[in-house]
Amino acid sequence: MSLLQVKRLGKSYDLETKVLKDISFDVEAGEFVSIIGPSGAGKSTLLRSINRMVEINEGHVIFDNNDVGSLKKKELRQLRTDIGMIFQHYNLVPRLSVIENVLHGRFGYKTTIQGILGRFTEDEKERAFYLLDKLGIGEHAYKRCDQLSGGQQQRVGIARALIQDPKLVLCDEPIASLDPNTSKIIMDHLQSIVSELNITCIVNLHQVEVAQTYSDRIIGLKAGEIVFDGPTPWLTDDRIHHIYGTETRELITG
Amino acid sequence: MKREKEMKRKRWQTTILLAVIIVVTYVSIAITEFNVLTGITAIPQAIGWMFSHLLITQESLAKLPSILEKLNETIFMSIAATTTAAAVSIFLGLMGSKTTRVSNVLSVLARFIASFSRNIPVVAWALILLLSFGQNSMTGYLALFVGTVGFLTRAFIESIDEVSGSAVEALTATGATYFQIVNKAVIPQSLPQMISWILFMIETNIRSATLVGILTGTGIGYIFDLYYKTMDYNTVALVTFTIVITVIAIEMASNYIRKVIL
Repeated sequence: MSLLQVKRLGKSYDLETKVLKDISFDVEAGEFVSIIGPSGAGKSTLLRSINRMVEINEGHVIFDNNDVGSLKKKELRQLRTDIGMIFQHYNLVPRLSVIENVLHGRFGYKTTIQGILGRFTEDEKERAFYLLDKLGIGEHAYKRCDQLSGGQQQRVGIARALIQDPKLVLCDEPIASLDPNTSKIIMDHLQSIVSELNITCIVNLHQVEVAQTYSDRIIGLKAGEIVFDGPTPWLTDDRIHHIYGTETRELITG
Repeated sequence: MKREKEMKRKRWQTTILLAVIIVVTYVSIAITEFNVLTGITAIPQAIGWMFSHLLITQESLAKLPSILEKLNETIFMSIAATTTAAAVSIFLGLMGSKTTRVSNVLSVLARFIASFSRNIPVVAWALILLLSFGQNSMTGYLALFVGTVGFLTRAFIESIDEVSGSAVEALTATGATYFQIVNKAVIPQSLPQMISWILFMIETNIRSATLVGILTGTGIGYIFDLYYKTMDYNTVALVTFTIVITVIAIEMASNYIRKVIL
C-alpha cells in the first residue's frame, strides 16, 4: 500500500474555474517528488489538499490508510502531526526565538494546556537542538527569527517540520524567495535530511533544473491537470515545453 | 503616452477637488453666518482675556491638593476603563479577525459591536448612560469603556490580520489547537501593536475623561466645571494646567514604553 494515494481529486474555489481536475497519483514511502508547472497551475492547492489546508471538493486523498477528506476535526489534527509543511515565506512567528519556533512543531502531540504553558520534554528540546545543529544554525537558537536571513529562517522552518517526526513533508515553493546560493544550501539540506530520516517529500518548485537535480520523480501540472508523471530522467525538453507552453523557451533565450 | 494621460487626469482631479473644498467652505460660512474677519480679529482680545484672567495665584494654589485628588480619580478611571475594555477587545478582536475567527456569525457580531460602540461619540454615550446610572463615576467609566471597546476591537482586528496570517497557517498545518495557535503565534506577534494601541487609548481617555467628567459630575471635569461656573478663573487655569501636564507626562511615558517594546 502506498503512503499517499490521490484519487480523482478535483477542487474549485468558485463555480466557474476548476483549479484541479481529476488528479490521480500515488507516492511511495521514501520518495522525493517534485511538482512543477507554471504559476497558477494549481501546485499550491494540490499540496494543501493533501493535509486538507484547503477542503477537498471531489475525489479522495488517502494518506497512511486514512481518507483525509472525511476525517473529523480531532482526527485531522492527529493526521497533520504526521505531515510536516514548509512554506515559501517560512511562516515563522518572527518575534519569537528560533528554538521556540522549532518547538511549535510539537503542538500537535500536546494537549492545549501543555502547549499554552510551553511544557516540552527534555527529549523534545534535545531533538530541537539536534536538528538546528544538523541544519547549521545551532548557534542562533536563542536569537529572534526576525534577525535571521531568509535562508536561515527557512532552515528554522525545516526544523519545525522535522521535529513533528513526520512521515511526509510538503514543501510549498521552499526556495522561491531565496537567492541561487542559498537555494542550493536549502535544497541540499532538505535532500540529505529527508533521505537520512527516510521521510517522504513532495516539493512544489517552479525551477525545472532544481527539480531535475534533486528529485526521484517529477509531476508536471498544467492548468489543474497532470500532464507528466514519471522518473526524473524521462522529463525531456519536449515534455518541459509541453508543461510550460512556450514560456520557458522565451525565458531561456530572451 | 498612456502614463502622460494618467498624470493629466490626476492633476485635473486635484484641481477639481480643491475647487470643491473652497466652494463647500464658502457655502458653510454663508449658511452659518460665521464672519471670518470678526473671528480672526477677536483672537488677540481672547488672548488678552486669557492672560489677565487665567492666572494661577497663591490663592488658587491652596486648592491644589483637592484638584490633584480629583485628577487621580480621573487618571485611574481612564486606565481602568481602557484596560478592562482591552480585555474585552482582545476577545472580540480574535472573533472578528479573518485569520482567527471561529465562525462567520460571531465575526459579524464582533464587528457590529465594534462599529456600533465606536460610531457613537463618547459624549453621547455619557449622556445616554447618565439617564440610567445617574451622576457618578460608574457612568463616566462605562462611557469610556464602551467607546474604547469599539476603537480597540477595530484596531486589534487589524493588528491580528496584519501580522499573524502566515504563522497561523503554519501552526494549523502542524496539528496545533486553536488556543495553542492564539497563545503562541497570534498574541506574541501582535502584542506590541496592541499595547501601543492601549497606551494611545489611555491618553485619549484621559482627555475625554475631562469632558465626560463635566457631564457626569466626577473627577477633574467636575472640579473644572465647578470653578468655571463660580467664575473662579484662577483655579480654572490651575486645573487646566494640571490636565495639560498630566497628558504630556502620560504621552511621554507611553512613547518611551513604545520605543522599548516595538
